[in-house]
Amino acid sequence: MEKHLLSINDLSASEAIQILNTASELSKISDGPMKKLPTLRGRTVVNLFFEDSTRTRISFESAAKRLSADVINFSAKGSSVSKGESLKDTAQTLQAMGADAVVIRHGASGAAQRLADSGWISASVINAGDGTHEHPTQALLDAYTIRSKFPDLKDNFNGLKVAIVGDILHSRVARSNVLLLSKLGAKITLVAPPTLIPVGVTDWDVDVSYDLDSAILNADVVMMLRIQSERMAASFFPSEREYSRGYGLDLARLNSLKDSTIVMHPGPMNRGLEISAESADSHKSVVLAQVSNGVLVRMAVLYQLLGGAALTGEVGA
Amino acid sequence: MKYTIKNARMLDDAIVDIEIANGVIANIGKEISAGEIVDAQKSLVIPGLVDLHTHLREPGREDSETVATGSAAAAKGGFTAISAMANTFPVADTAGVVEQVFRLGQEAGLCDVFPIGAVTAGLEGKKLAELGAMANSKAQVRIFSDDGKCVSDPLLMRRALEYVKTFNGIIAQHAQEPALTVGSQMNEGLVSSKLGLTGWPAVAEEAIIARDILLAEHVGSRLHICHLTTAGGVDLVRFAKSRGINVTAEVTPHHLLLTDELVSNYDPVFKVNPPLRTEKDVMALRKGLADGTIDIVGTDHAPHPTEDKDCEWQSAAFGMVGLETALSVVVKAMIETELMSWETLVERMSIAPAKIAGYAKHGQIVAKGSPANLAIIDTSATWIVDRNTLASKSKNTPFAGMTMPAQVRHTFLNGDLVLKNGQIVSKMNGGSN
Ligand SMILES: [Zn+2]
Repeated sequence: MEKHLLSINDLSASEAIQILNTASELSKISDGPMKKLPTLRGRTVVNLFFEDSTRTRISFESAAKRLSADVINFSAKGSSVSKGESLKDTAQTLQAMGADAVVIRHGASGAAQRLADSGWISASVINAGDGTHEHPTQALLDAYTIRSKFPDLKDNFNGLKVAIVGDILHSRVARSNVLLLSKLGAKITLVAPPTLIPVGVTDWDVDVSYDLDSAILNADVVMMLRIQSERMAASFFPSEREYSRGYGLDLARLNSLKDSTIVMHPGPMNRGLEISAESADSHKSVVLAQVSNGVLVRMAVLYQLLGGAALTGEVGA
Repeated sequence: MKYTIKNARMLDDAIVDIEIANGVIANIGKEISAGEIVDAQKSLVIPGLVDLHTHLREPGREDSETVATGSAAAAKGGFTAISAMANTFPVADTAGVVEQVFRLGQEAGLCDVFPIGAVTAGLEGKKLAELGAMANSKAQVRIFSDDGKCVSDPLLMRRALEYVKTFNGIIAQHAQEPALTVGSQMNEGLVSSKLGLTGWPAVAEEAIIARDILLAEHVGSRLHICHLTTAGGVDLVRFAKSRGINVTAEVTPHHLLLTDELVSNYDPVFKVNPPLRTEKDVMALRKGLADGTIDIVGTDHAPHPTEDKDCEWQSAAFGMVGLETALSVVVKAMIETELMSWETLVERMSIAPAKIAGYAKHGQIVAKGSPANLAIIDTSATWIVDRNTLASKSKNTPFAGMTMPAQVRHTFLNGDLVLKNGQIVSKMNGGSN
């Protein structure tokens, strides 16, 4: 990770582990009396959201504020962006405002990379989800959550079995998780109807299964992805009921999991569709931990990209 | 105006002087010195290149190209005839619009501009455009295409193929099954899966090619497949020719050289329709062009203003400019790789396209009495593509910064020198008589 975090491909395995370790350090500090660190005082972080995502924006905003950065929220809704202002014009505006980091969420795949490569802006760019491409901080927070539940995992995830279930084709969360978890040594099985598996999956370091029941039997981690009903309209599957029967995590499937298995979901969940209420609320579910870990991991990413003052000094302060 | 091209190298390596008078090659021999002397310095003289697939954007999008700027780009690229696609604003679907484009080409005087007529009114794919009126207009349209869009309705395609038989017309199909390419952004494959860009599968092209080949056979009409991009498409055309079906096929220079791997940085300069495909497809296209399965090279020159490419991939326009780089790219892909000779290049880029379109004054071998539509090429030169020196009004070349072989030195259009030492000769300065 040089200057930007656009894709998990920007990170080596050891750099990814370093981010997780930094997040662990930050969690120790956050548990203490001092909630806010002075690390990024005087630095400006812009949340540039061309797509609505209150959850992700709040997570980045909390992360930046806890590091004492100034935060500007720049939302496409109600701004000049929705009237057709281009990414380029917006970027140049942010440059003039002196942004040190831009956290971008955009509906177009590659928008974060375009922003970083274009020369329109000199800030660090953090991809907070670009189209159906990647969502690297989501994968990092998922890895952090997994590590916190499996304390034997330290510098790699060797031997960990992960099932990622659902709309792989359209999921930026799946793409980033496949890259990160396989980089760390986990064994991944993608589970979905064939219509929701990308044709290029042959090139990925994963197994593919169309049978959820057998795929989750030995899984340590079951990661459920959100399914959008517009996929049904486009005939990716015949009906919500049929999808749910084949690929939903219901009570029977929940009960078939090993005791130690955890259930993840990037949110927001469609209860009763890809995940039943029992599964979502069970003790196996780590969905709320994913949310709180999101802030820590995003703090770690901002800290490393913007080169904040050494953490150890602050711990002592 | 009379000219003598001194020290011209013919395809058989003979060094000759060529006398040009009254628009034709008056004499070929030794020690000729009539009229203005152009010293070829042993550069290769070939018939001017002929493009059957050019987007000139006029009328309607003169901010990206005009007939005049496109003609200048053509002359710089060694073309003496280009074919203006119908997807302008208004669409070239009436005699009025095609005559306007034809007249603008004549006025620019740098290249013969032959308009292509739309197959369907407004390119809407609903009913036939006024094909007969365009054929009988001053522009004498013979090629019809909805390029940019596919004539996807099979019955309408059948009718179009049949209808143009009365004036020996040809339907040039942009083969893209629309239902299989909703929202498509790039070739569907390993790279699109990684990048999260909606795929444009090869089968969407091949399904239309297969259908149209069978329709052309059924009604006994002429079909031209625009910009073939897939290995499967080459196989289908090969099959059709083996059955004696009257089909011709085209490939663009960029599909002979570039692959979908280039999309990896999301730079929209590589966004084009049909999309860049895989290495395997590129190899099949080269083989198909070499063995004649693919008859011609067509540039699909598609100018777009900066703002239409200076954005995120998904919002960017499809298309690349290509007139000024076409020859060099084909040399790089086909001659430097020893897949093709210069003779075959001339066949694919001049003789065959002129024959398909019926451009009688173009694509004639360099011989006494032939029309003086000529390109003179320094085959040993190399040059670096610089988007700022393009004559085209738009700068969206995917080849910027690449070192290219072979450079067009001079171009003669109907006996007039329109490109001299790589510079456009404006009509005002007496290039014409
Ligand atoms: Zn086309």
